[in-house]
Amino acid sequence: MSVTTETAVASAARTDAPPAILLDKVNKWYGAMHVLRDINLSVAEGERVVVCGPSGSGKSTMIRCINRLEQHQEGRIIVDGIELNDDMRNLDAIRREVGMVFQSFNLFPHLTVLENCTLAPIWVRRTPKKEAEEQAMEYLRRVKIPEQALKYPGQLSGGQQQRVAIARALCMKPKIMLFDEPTSALDPEMIKEVLDTMVMLADTGMTMICVTHEMGFAQQVADRVVFMDRGEVVESGTPSQVFNDPKTDRLKMFLSQILRGH
Amino acid sequence: MSDATLHAPAVSADTPSRRPPITVVGPVAWARASLFSSWLSTAVTLALAYLLARWIIGFVDWAFINAIWSVPVNAQGAQTQACRALQGAGACWAVITEKHRFILFGTYPYDEHWRPLVCVFLFIGLYIVSAMRRFWRKELALIWAGVLFLIGFLMWGGALGMPYVPQERWGGLVITLILSTFGIAFAFPLAVLVALGRRSRMPAIKMLCVVYVELIRGVPLISLLFMASVMFPLFLPEGMNIDKLLRAQVAIILFAAAYLAEVVRGGLQALSRGQYEAADALGLSYWQKTLFIILPQALRLVIPPLVNTFIGMFKDTSLVLIIGIFDLLTAGKTAIVEPAWQGFGIEVYVFVGIIYFIFCFAMSRYSQGLERGLNQHRVR
Repeated sequence: MSVTTETAVASAARTDAPPAILLDKVNKWYGAMHVLRDINLSVAEGERVVVCGPSGSGKSTMIRCINRLEQHQEGRIIVDGIELNDDMRNLDAIRREVGMVFQSFNLFPHLTVLENCTLAPIWVRRTPKKEAEEQAMEYLRRVKIPEQALKYPGQLSGGQQQRVAIARALCMKPKIMLFDEPTSALDPEMIKEVLDTMVMLADTGMTMICVTHEMGFAQQVADRVVFMDRGEVVESGTPSQVFNDPKTDRLKMFLSQILRGH
Repeated sequence: MSDATLHAPAVSADTPSRRPPITVVGPVAWARASLFSSWLSTAVTLALAYLLARWIIGFVDWAFINAIWSVPVNAQGAQTQACRALQGAGACWAVITEKHRFILFGTYPYDEHWRPLVCVFLFIGLYIVSAMRRFWRKELALIWAGVLFLIGFLMWGGALGMPYVPQERWGGLVITLILSTFGIAFAFPLAVLVALGRRSRMPAIKMLCVVYVELIRGVPLISLLFMASVMFPLFLPEGMNIDKLLRAQVAIILFAAAYLAEVVRGGLQALSRGQYEAADALGLSYWQKTLFIILPQALRLVIPPLVNTFIGMFKDTSLVLIIGIFDLLTAGKTAIVEPAWQGFGIEVYVFVGIIYFIFCFAMSRYSQGLERGLNQHRVR
């Protein structure tokens, strides 16, 4: 993948490269409810971070702040060297570089799979249509559904739709990928195909933040696991540190619930 | 029906699938289930069938068998004694035979009637071309501009040997088509903008759109037309005059747009937030998101109420009669003012009604086809 070699070269040139994503004392409230409390998180280029935590812990809100689907109210968020603020140009620049995959896929139902994948490259990146289509087919091959290119999303299974959603995000050639519980809406037999796609993506060296409960996936690909609870980052470390040697009662309780569930 | 018929037979490779018995599907089964399922149902069916038959026989007698299709015309005008002698037992279609040109073209100079007639066909051609999806591209806007220009040229004339005809003398069907075509063509885009504006995050724009919709919706179309025709000119500077038809047209556009805006807004609200978020996350700008993602989905959802409003609007153009514009219905009413034809209103209204029906029914059928065609992505 040419993009990753480029970024690898770029990061090699700058040894103390700035982090791809930096959250500095980020706070957010929904009305009076304090949903993010002093979040500090730094993600290096090429790093794979898994965020876990009980529902309502603010993990989705946090990654949605990174491309400003939610607005934070205090603190700084710097993505790819650009600070998120009220300047729309900064926001546009960041959204071009950050891909996102949603829990409920959010494919455009009135467009074919191929059109879903080419729309943003054509209109945002100004890629010529033919080139955008070739590139989309390449990514669809990579997520193993090129034969569905001319179907509508409603004709695909959930797992296939989520893989299209991943391909759609990749077609923008983002530097960073955000996954917001990508397998939570899927039937068990389809979870694996989506996780396999994400593992493949991780192997290309993509910077990734995944909100997920899939501990197997975290063990396999994460450089770091972040545990959040009640709007705070409670613990963070390598998968084995977090899963095998939890320090806090909150994490212990969460892990025991997860394990019981499986 | 017995329980067994409700379950589809399991078709295995060994047993060839058979047609179901005649008592299960087809017209016989339908009649049994819908019309004669019980004694009460049978009685109601028979009673209504009797009334329907009587009414149809009466109507056929009136409209065809006893009808008079033409009357002699001499120097004193049409001789309608034969029609009057019927005393309502038969239709006097002679009024249509005599007056159809007046109903269709109003007070437009008689020798120039071919001009509005060509315009009517141009309008119909324009509708047909616009209805075909293979013509849905940028050039269609040019075709519209060209055809509408041509229609204006034909109606006014004043060149190429066509005498000039002032707008006050235009009338009939062509006025109805002008008002409703321009009405829909301008009201619809305006409505989309207002609907988007009402959901805008900018308070000034939102406020403006809310006030517009509530204000216009709060008054009857008739009072808007009155304002356009009587009040508006009072505030214009001395000597300046805007065409009466144009003023009525603007009133109709503003009125229809307020209603359409609410229909469109309903479609916008039906979309899930995920669609907006996915478009945002891909970096699409507001207008790209709106044009490629939001509107195509929202408008498909509201095709039925949209067409409903269009049809209502087509018929509402007849209200311009109160400010003295000669649309189809007004021309029809005026046709029977002449003493010889007084009392033959029913025939004229039936005739005018059939014309309205043809246009409205075409719209309705077209929208059903459009809904099926555009919502194929929802079919698995």
